[in-house]
Amino acid sequence: MSTNDYIQCFIYMAVLLLLAKPLGIYMARVMEGESRANRWFKPAESFIYKVCGVNPARAEMNWKTYAVAFMAFNALGIFVVYAIQRLQNILPLNPMGMAAVSADSSFNTAISFATNTNWQGYGGESTLSYFTQMIALGVQNFVSAASGIAVLFAVIRGFIRKQTENIGNFWMDLVRSTLYILLPLSIVSATLLVSQGVPQTFKPSPKASLVQPTSYDQPVTDKDGKPVLDEKGQPKTQKAMLTEQVIAVGPVASQIAIKQLGTNGGGYYNANSAHPLENPTPFSNFVEMLSLTLIAAALCCSFGYRVKDTRQGWALLIAMTIIFVPLLWVCTHSEQTGNPLLAKMGIDQSATALQPGGNMEGKETRFGIVSSTIWASATTAVSNGSVNSMHDSFTPLGGLVPMWLMELGEVVYGGVGSGLYGMLAFVIVAVFVGGLMVGRTPEYLGKKIESYEMKMASIMILIPPILAVLGTAIAVVAPGGKANIFNPGIHGFSEVLYAFSSTSNNNGSAFAGLGANNIFYNTILGICMFFARYWLAIPILAIAGSLAKKKIVPVSSGTLPTHTPLFIFFLVGIVILVGALTFFPALALGPIVEHLTLAAV
Amino acid sequence: MSTHKARSLFDPAIAVPAAMDSLKKLDPRHQIKNPVMFVVFIGSILTTGLYFQALRGHGEASASFILAITLWLWFTLIFANFAEAMAEGRGKAQAANLKKARKDTPAKKLSKPHYGAKYETASAATLHKGDVVLVETGDFIPMDGEIIEGVASVDESAITGESAPVIREAGGDRSAVTGGTRVLSDWLVVRISSNPGETFLDRMIAMVEGAKRQKTPNEIALNILLAALTIVLFWATVTLLPYSIYSVVTAGKGTVVTVTVLVALLVCLIPTTIGGLLSAIGIAGMDRMIQANVIAMSGRAVEAAGDVDVLLLDKTGTITLGNRQAVAFIPAQDVTKEELADAAQLASLSDETPEGRSIVVLAKEKYGIRERKIHELGATFIPFTAQTRMSGVDLGNGREIRKGSSDAIEAYVQKSGGSFPADLRSNIDSISKGGGTPLVVAEHSRVLGVIQLKDIVKGGIKERFAELRRMGIKTIMITGDNPLTAAAIAAEAGMDDFLAQATPETKLKLIRDMQSGGRLVAMTGDGTNDAPALAQADVAVAMNTGTQAAKEAGNMVDLDSNPTKLIEVVQIGKQLLMTRGSLTTFSIANDVSKYFAIIPAAFVSTYPVLGKLNIMHLASPESAVLSAIIFNAIIIVALIPLALRGIRYKPMPASRLLRDNILIYGIGGIIAPFIGIKLIDMLLVALHLT
Repeated sequence: MSTNDYIQCFIYMAVLLLLAKPLGIYMARVMEGESRANRWFKPAESFIYKVCGVNPARAEMNWKTYAVAFMAFNALGIFVVYAIQRLQNILPLNPMGMAAVSADSSFNTAISFATNTNWQGYGGESTLSYFTQMIALGVQNFVSAASGIAVLFAVIRGFIRKQTENIGNFWMDLVRSTLYILLPLSIVSATLLVSQGVPQTFKPSPKASLVQPTSYDQPVTDKDGKPVLDEKGQPKTQKAMLTEQVIAVGPVASQIAIKQLGTNGGGYYNANSAHPLENPTPFSNFVEMLSLTLIAAALCCSFGYRVKDTRQGWALLIAMTIIFVPLLWVCTHSEQTGNPLLAKMGIDQSATALQPGGNMEGKETRFGIVSSTIWASATTAVSNGSVNSMHDSFTPLGGLVPMWLMELGEVVYGGVGSGLYGMLAFVIVAVFVGGLMVGRTPEYLGKKIESYEMKMASIMILIPPILAVLGTAIAVVAPGGKANIFNPGIHGFSEVLYAFSSTSNNNGSAFAGLGANNIFYNTILGICMFFARYWLAIPILAIAGSLAKKKIVPVSSGTLPTHTPLFIFFLVGIVILVGALTFFPALALGPIVEHLTLAAV
Repeated sequence: MSTHKARSLFDPAIAVPAAMDSLKKLDPRHQIKNPVMFVVFIGSILTTGLYFQALRGHGEASASFILAITLWLWFTLIFANFAEAMAEGRGKAQAANLKKARKDTPAKKLSKPHYGAKYETASAATLHKGDVVLVETGDFIPMDGEIIEGVASVDESAITGESAPVIREAGGDRSAVTGGTRVLSDWLVVRISSNPGETFLDRMIAMVEGAKRQKTPNEIALNILLAALTIVLFWATVTLLPYSIYSVVTAGKGTVVTVTVLVALLVCLIPTTIGGLLSAIGIAGMDRMIQANVIAMSGRAVEAAGDVDVLLLDKTGTITLGNRQAVAFIPAQDVTKEELADAAQLASLSDETPEGRSIVVLAKEKYGIRERKIHELGATFIPFTAQTRMSGVDLGNGREIRKGSSDAIEAYVQKSGGSFPADLRSNIDSISKGGGTPLVVAEHSRVLGVIQLKDIVKGGIKERFAELRRMGIKTIMITGDNPLTAAAIAAEAGMDDFLAQATPETKLKLIRDMQSGGRLVAMTGDGTNDAPALAQADVAVAMNTGTQAAKEAGNMVDLDSNPTKLIEVVQIGKQLLMTRGSLTTFSIANDVSKYFAIIPAAFVSTYPVLGKLNIMHLASPESAVLSAIIFNAIIIVALIPLALRGIRYKPMPASRLLRDNILIYGIGGIIAPFIGIKLIDMLLVALHLT
């Protein structure tokens, strides 16, 4: 890695960690109505409650009611997104005349956006109308993220309250996190992006005549969109001629701002943030990268502030960072070193003033190696999934990093809210084992961790890996799965594993190379996303409910401290060990064997 | 339990039957209780089937390889069973000793509940609650009961292991007797307080035999975690079959991984080390309690002991030697020390309380005042009453000497027209502040001076409390004394806090307040007035010498009746949890090396480059898998002594304990199997077994 690489990584991490505290405290205060912003926007907030007919001030919820509200709201979201896609041809704001989306794709996309995954089996600009993008997806970008933040704050209340059933009101948490956190930050981000040239318009897309018409090989597809294979098993192609280009525009900036901030990741364009109109400049790239991790990281500080022990929040943030930074280094180092096959051919892959060096395949020249690897690591560490480079083209180890970051359970920063509550499940396990090791019934923040909490935390930890390994297993043997692997072999296996790791952890990032827009993958990946989101959110709410009922045990020297470097190290060890133990065999058959093969040639 | 000597770990008398038991425990009904080991059980059956298939020539691998794996899988199960049987065996040996005490003794059943009534001889087994029996010199006490008449010396060695006889008498805190103990002298009339099969001895036997052993809360939570890990690793292993099929097809070479290897991998990965030793650890914890001469009424109580935050100790007999003793005479102005000592001695001659006696002793030792016989002086003794709060003597010559608390004496002298000397007040205050008890002596209207009574703090107790503080446990002294005295003694003994002027109600309230603040409270007690507080406390240790009520209310009984035993109890509780936690960490950390042994072995035929992951350079794929599974089985046996003894606990802050245990069992758990598996592999190669 060059000095430039280190400087860029350092600046990114430094800005992120510097902003975490002030934003964290702001979010902690605003969610409990203690901030000045609450007073300024009180009329707006009250108006929303009035329109929706809820009176949150008088309706504290127990965990079951909270979970029912959360689920009902999400079910409604899934239904609306599905319906809008199916009916977009007759709905307004469709200047490009997009047809209705297929049932399986609509199903997949509806779950994908409601679960904050934003896996995209479709190409956005060529499939969806402006109305669908804004009303269906744009709204879910906000509320799916807000749902995650809401659940997190309910969990925090479980830790700080004692001997009560109530963990807050879902509707109030939802409104506040949207109104005071996501909306203002999105406005700031969108404005910055528009300043860099990201479109924000309702006009239909203009067309440009090409200066030099080009011919290209177009894959032949059958009527289901599946590629037709020739007798050698390779995709069949035909020559096509291109004379003009449609420059797709639309309400892009507003969509991009929230897709990054809300750890959604579903781009306006199919190329996501690699698209020059979605991410035009290095500055826009930095803004987008920062907003990727910002809220998720800052929520750790909110947690510390709310439990009245900021050290606890920092401990979690540091634990996440300790996992993140070395993996970022591996990814950047691996990409900057480049392809060993090219090195053997005597091709210079070192970074010089004239070339970025390293493995530039699938990366944008305006970003270069390090802005691509920071993005790739950040987008998978946080359950965002947006891309500014093609992870499929990374070196095997460079591609292993984003895959493994997802497989760790999306707890290294993770999704907004969901990342931290996922991490808390790991904390519960760490505290349990650690507590036993010091000879005491485990407790965290004064709350005793007993069999009920263990049961729920275990469910949270085991669901995503099981979905991922099981889904991959089905896909590599089922005909519908195998047929859509465009690169059969080791790399094809990595692509399938990546897709299932992504959806089973609600990330949404894609390795590409996999034909995912068909009934098989739309359905199975949709199911993975659904369970990965809700089978985690409900157990953590159950934990919150159980913790809220408990007393708070005072700290003594016999208590296991949970803010010390030792505990942080132990927590990191547990997260990595669980991630490694579950996925090591699968990774060994994918990226590891790929890497060894490349290195051995 | 009639012996105190520690049993050697692999006593043949226990190990041999345990080896037999470990085969009997292969019963599926037993195996299913432990989810981790049940997976091993199913895996063993599966590979056994594969072996027979291989014998008939349709094997997925060589029959000898499948056989070797199968045998070691069964060994894994048997070793785990052996650990459990060993722990149970130790308990059974204890129980056998106790059962000897429960022989059917003839009882003298009285027709009327008083001494001298007619009795008929009946079998102890026919006695019921409420029956009254006579026990005379040489008789065994047939059943647990309460003495209603008589005093006797009783040999309780069958229960306590203590050979010195103890005095049991009607009324007060020493009125409970235990069935199976023997009266050495005199007689007792006892009202039976339990029905057959429900006596203290019966409950002890049931506890040590583990017949009623229920899983403790932490054990349940740990089982959930282990089950969850097992489920995840199950799917991670099972899915390797389709992955392998896909890889073989696309790579076009190699063979699909065998089910035998997958079963071996699964068994290596799931936490069999802790899974196999878990119940042994729990049983051994109870066993250690018994060796400390504490009978825990439930495993839950043992576990709770490790969590104790606050320890309530009765001052008298625990922190201080039973009684206050006179240590100085401080005369008033114009009174000589001898005069005061003489009067004090006279007032105390008939006072049989320990304080009274210590005054007589002090007068003799310091001032050479000979003991006199009270009836020779023609004196009448005025005993202490709650109303007067004084005691004393009226001599034949009209002298009236009184001793008592300062306000009682003040009232007394004022009644006779005297006044309380001011100079004495400062002395009284300083005695109180110093933790002593001032006892003022007066004759008629004249105050002679003060006797300083002092609590003597037991030697070494301060160090014990310092130990507790290092464990993070707060100690609170309970006393009937006034706050000043209490504070001084608490400070002298090094306690954190005290409850002065305690009554059963204030004790109960203190415990409730502590508990509502989230603290776990332990308490020791012996008297009936302790019973409500004992019942409320989370860990309640009743003294064996205490009353039946106290023993019923507590969840542990200390046979040695040593109030500081709680420290050992806490340590045993902590040890129990630490052993579980550390072996869990060890078990999971072991998996890293097993992957490096088995994954290359399983897939090297498809992807030869994976041979690079064989960092231990194990000889062949077969020897790699076999070495890993052998290590996995042997480690269970190797850790049985640790499971039975428990890992060492030294009082130190939690953070240091965690650091040490992570280093030993976490980091050690990652490294150790690399070495172990390599050694086994080398041995297999040397013996040409692969």
